[in-house]
Amino acid sequence: MADFGGGDLDAFRTEVRGWVEANFPAGLKGKPNPMMREERSNPSPDQEAWRKAVGEKGWGTPTWPAEYGGGGLSSAEGRVIQQEFQRAGAYNPIGGMGVMMFGPTLLEYGTDAQKKEHIPPICRGDLQWCQGFSEPGAGSDLASLQCKAEDKGDHYLVNGQKIWTSGAQYADWCFCLVRTDTSKKHEGISFVLFTMHQPGVEVRPIPLIAGNSPFCETFLTDARAEKKDLVGPLNGGWTIAKRLLQHERSGLSGAGGGGYAGGRTLPKLAKDYVGVDEQGRLADTDLRTRIILNEIDGRAFQQTAIRAMMEAKGNSGPSAATSIMKNAGTRWMQDKAELTLEIMGHQGLGWEGDTFTGEELGAVRSWLGGKATTIYGGSQEVQNNIISKRILGLPDLTQNN
Amino acid sequence: MAVLNEEQSMLRDAAKSWVQEKSPVTAFRKMRDSGVELGYDAAAWNEQAEMGWAGVIIPEDFGGSNFGYLSMGLILEEMGRTLTASPLLASGLAAASALILGGNDAQKGEYLPKIADGSLVATLAVDEGAHHAPEKVALEAKKGGAGYVLNGKKTFVLEGPAAGLFVVSARTSGKPGDKDGISLFLVPADAKGVTKQNLKLADSRGASNVSFDNVEVSADALLGAEGKGWDVLEATLDRARAGVSAEMLGAAVQAFETTLDYLKVRVQFGQVIGSFQALQHRAAKMFTDLELARSAVEAALAAIDAGSPDVPELVSLAKAKMGDVFHLVSNEMVQMHGGIGMTDAHDAGFYMKRARAAEAAYGSQSYHRDRYAKIQGY
Repeated sequence: MADFGGGDLDAFRTEVRGWVEANFPAGLKGKPNPMMREERSNPSPDQEAWRKAVGEKGWGTPTWPAEYGGGGLSSAEGRVIQQEFQRAGAYNPIGGMGVMMFGPTLLEYGTDAQKKEHIPPICRGDLQWCQGFSEPGAGSDLASLQCKAEDKGDHYLVNGQKIWTSGAQYADWCFCLVRTDTSKKHEGISFVLFTMHQPGVEVRPIPLIAGNSPFCETFLTDARAEKKDLVGPLNGGWTIAKRLLQHERSGLSGAGGGGYAGGRTLPKLAKDYVGVDEQGRLADTDLRTRIILNEIDGRAFQQTAIRAMMEAKGNSGPSAATSIMKNAGTRWMQDKAELTLEIMGHQGLGWEGDTFTGEELGAVRSWLGGKATTIYGGSQEVQNNIISKRILGLPDLTQNN
Repeated sequence: MAVLNEEQSMLRDAAKSWVQEKSPVTAFRKMRDSGVELGYDAAAWNEQAEMGWAGVIIPEDFGGSNFGYLSMGLILEEMGRTLTASPLLASGLAAASALILGGNDAQKGEYLPKIADGSLVATLAVDEGAHHAPEKVALEAKKGGAGYVLNGKKTFVLEGPAAGLFVVSARTSGKPGDKDGISLFLVPADAKGVTKQNLKLADSRGASNVSFDNVEVSADALLGAEGKGWDVLEATLDRARAGVSAEMLGAAVQAFETTLDYLKVRVQFGQVIGSFQALQHRAAKMFTDLELARSAVEAALAAIDAGSPDVPELVSLAKAKMGDVFHLVSNEMVQMHGGIGMTDAHDAGFYMKRARAAEAAYGSQSYHRDRYAKIQGY
């Protein structure tokens, strides 16, 4: 199996390594991915050069079909690229919601024309996408959404409000759930795409408890979505949305909220802040026990991720373990963020100023920001409903099918 | 469920069908009601031995099949589902591991084939108090007679009532708490001076306190080098811990599934109680924890088979996590069954009692959390 190495993969590795050496700007080595930061709206020439180089190769989306601008490679080759980037201290400049969620969904449900139009700019990192799903009255009960799309012949006229639109202030396009039939709940929802650069779209960033504004309110007033940008059948958007949320959840388990400890593990951090007894154990025994519990949960979570992957590849069929990943991962990471703060004591509660290290200031923001992880992408309670209903077969009394 | 090879799949399927047909929880109840002192059904043990289960980790040269620890774990998991009482863990896994890891060819040749065919039940005699503390060995072995003379006591020796052979940790130098100076001895249960006091425990399984009064053993009874028994003992205990964790996994999964079935049939307020979100979310949490625990247990067993240097930490991780999860699930089993769960006629109590006994076996959660942290250097 090519998956486990062999000659071909070695040759490919040599090719990737040579290409990275030739193309990765030395000044970016070890630098964080600007996609993850506010500076992404104002990239440096090096950052732009690297994005364009990777985008042209299709290596930012290595397993996507080459005909749409992807790398057209196997997942084993994709891992080689990832490993070689890591080795060179390079980040993957192609990312965002287009890569994580929308692209995979469009590849599955889009027409050839839609893929030809929308996938290549994602692969090149030219266009950023945002997700118009939640509304003020439609959070966990997403299917109750009201944002309306009216048929105007060659286009739809979209009116309503979206909220928690991640990165809307940077986005060029929006994939959006709209109501096209008010007589039905789930079967009255359609999945449309429209450009954010039009008069009917107004974006207001929402300041959050962590002091940043990763999410926006998006107001749609006679915004225009072209008919050709309806994905899937009219009133058939819910199926696509559910599939997209699966992509989102698989990307979210364990993401964010993990405390910010400059790469230090909790035990190491605690040794530095709390100290050890004469036997080398953490001096605060109560804290030590809770750190151990968190470490064990984190390790078991990673073991489960590996097991789910092996089972998916191996002889056991689809793995039930996948359904628990979001709740298990976010629970572990939030707990870790709480412990990070507790370990730092008062130093972990600084908001600004020289009294606090960058690590400490990061910890408090990461702790706050991480609270979102059990709310978005299907809250912890919605995940528990899904496990109860789909895995455990318990009755569903909500109007949600 | 781990990805299994063909022989492991066959073994698991065979174990599953035997356990479901021949050893349902009603068989455990019958054994409990009979008050049999062994703490298991001898006829059922014979059947297990005939299927070769007692020899699963034993090399082929000594009468086993050498299928490994993950394979043994699959059997123990299936047996755990129905609380099958059996000396398989204590003898076919724990004591056999001590011999495999520390024994010379003569010792292996004498005992392993008998363990593999089930004719001999062997077990570890390690602890001396109410808590697992394998380095706190006071039982003394002094040179004398034809070899050594043993004096002291061992507590909560699993399958003690059936045991024909004890693997005894003894002190040949140093003081309780020292890892140096611990020696392992193979002591037949019928040796002069060995006295069993069989215990009645909440989980109805066999266990004994054993006293050793001037027990003379020959020099051939020493397992490994004098005073250097700790490494073999710890590696042996890790295998036993992984094994009992596999049994706990099976029992916890069954306790959960039985509870889930009840949530789907019990009607109150005009609807099945499984429709109440307060119970659904607790069920979802248990399922989540069971999946995590399964990963930890299977990873520990696989690490033993792979000869990984991580075995000690992975085993402590598994035993600690599995203990917490079985604890939770067994409590919820009683709680969610309500009054019926409090009755002796229902199985819930069996699972809760077995949970606590298995949690305490070869080190509780707090023992293994502490050990996990120490291995990691904090």
